[in-house]
Amino acid sequence: MKTQTSPPQTASHELPATPPPASLLAARAGKIKMATISLCGCWGCTLSILDCDERILGLLDKVTITRSSLTDIKRIAERCTIGFIEGGVANEENIETLEHFRANCDILIAVGACAVWGGVPAMRNLVELKDCLAQAYLHSPTAVAGAKPVIPFHPEIPRITAKVYPCHEVVKIDYFIPGCPPSGDAVFKVLDDLANGRPFDLPSSINRYD
Amino acid sequence: MSIQITIDGMEINTEEGRTLVEVAAENGVYIPTLCYLRNQSCLGTCRVCAVRVNGNISAGCTVRVGKDMVVEVNSAEVADMRKAIVEMLFAEGNHNCPSCEKSGRCQLQAVGYEVGMTVARFPYRFEKRPPEFAAGKIWLERDRCIFCQRCVNLMRDAASGKKIFSISNRGHRARIEIDVGLADAMPPEQVKQAVDLCPVGAILEKRIGYDEPIGQRKYEVHSLRERTLNTEGASS
Repeated sequence: MKTQTSPPQTASHELPATPPPASLLAARAGKIKMATISLCGCWGCTLSILDCDERILGLLDKVTITRSSLTDIKRIAERCTIGFIEGGVANEENIETLEHFRANCDILIAVGACAVWGGVPAMRNLVELKDCLAQAYLHSPTAVAGAKPVIPFHPEIPRITAKVYPCHEVVKIDYFIPGCPPSGDAVFKVLDDLANGRPFDLPSSINRYD
Repeated sequence: MSIQITIDGMEINTEEGRTLVEVAAENGVYIPTLCYLRNQSCLGTCRVCAVRVNGNISAGCTVRVGKDMVVEVNSAEVADMRKAIVEMLFAEGNHNCPSCEKSGRCQLQAVGYEVGMTVARFPYRFEKRPPEFAAGKIWLERDRCIFCQRCVNLMRDAASGKKIFSISNRGHRARIEIDVGLADAMPPEQVKQAVDLCPVGAILEKRIGYDEPIGQRKYEVHSLRERTLNTEGASS
């Protein structure tokens, strides 16, 4: 039962939708399914998929993207071969999303500094959580003058974890693409290799940590 | 004395007593190094150049070649051991490349690329090691220090010969320290020398930040492997 503090919500994937034409479904049927999720990150790594530029068209002949960070689909509805994760784990919602993703993807790739080791959000690992929240909400130089300082806390807001964790400390991750963000070349190389049945290989010429 | 050694099954003629990593590089075999500097006494601190010599794992920069020496560099087991050492260095400090002034010219980062590291197999520690701003021209980002001791051994005050940098404490409490008086007496060339000597972004010159564009930084122009192997156009 919904309480007053938790108003009824409908996620977009629960809304009625017109089924795609049979020809489109048939064309998708033979493709490798891929999904992407964004945890605690900035979406820059997702944008690196777009940096594959026109190569993405060839990739999409083999791969269909069932869920991306650009849509509002909360959970993937069908099992996927490739799961692409950007962002580290910084709250309970991230943990649930990541565990659901692990259970429903054959291969998980941690993409970008945040997913690989925590990245910029993990800079808060050097201070206590209460000090971090106080700096952000109570003593913020951009606080609205005269407004009562409040640290957000509400059942609808996911509870923040004490530290930011790399994805592989929460679930098993199969491959890693470092970078902040990784280049389109690195993202394309890995996705193209996996889509064509080749092993993961990130040569030193495109492996970057910044 | 002229001798023969074997590196990964390849027979190499060289002179007895030369440094193994140099002999290997001259013959096109790249052994990653981090604390090692050509023409300087070897430090042997980082162990990134670990190779198997006559059956035993040794730091390649500390080994002098001898008659009939058998060296294993690129076997899967030894290569993975070197990779693990690099991963340990990344997990032990806070190596946030995207926000580091030294990125693109950092030797630790370049070694990471060469050994194919994508993630550390060890838990990231997020050590708290406060930076040191006391000196006028130099600041220390202590959580990036890998304790190679290049600066400790090679940077000395011109007048007194005293060491400018030192390491305090031991184990996970170890910290890189700077003698503020001696550091403030450093001429500008020596400050630059100290910054370049540091293989990571621990020693930095104040008032200078990201002064080289991405794509034109040291190891982007020529990779560490090219520089070590003295590939045409590249130098160390």
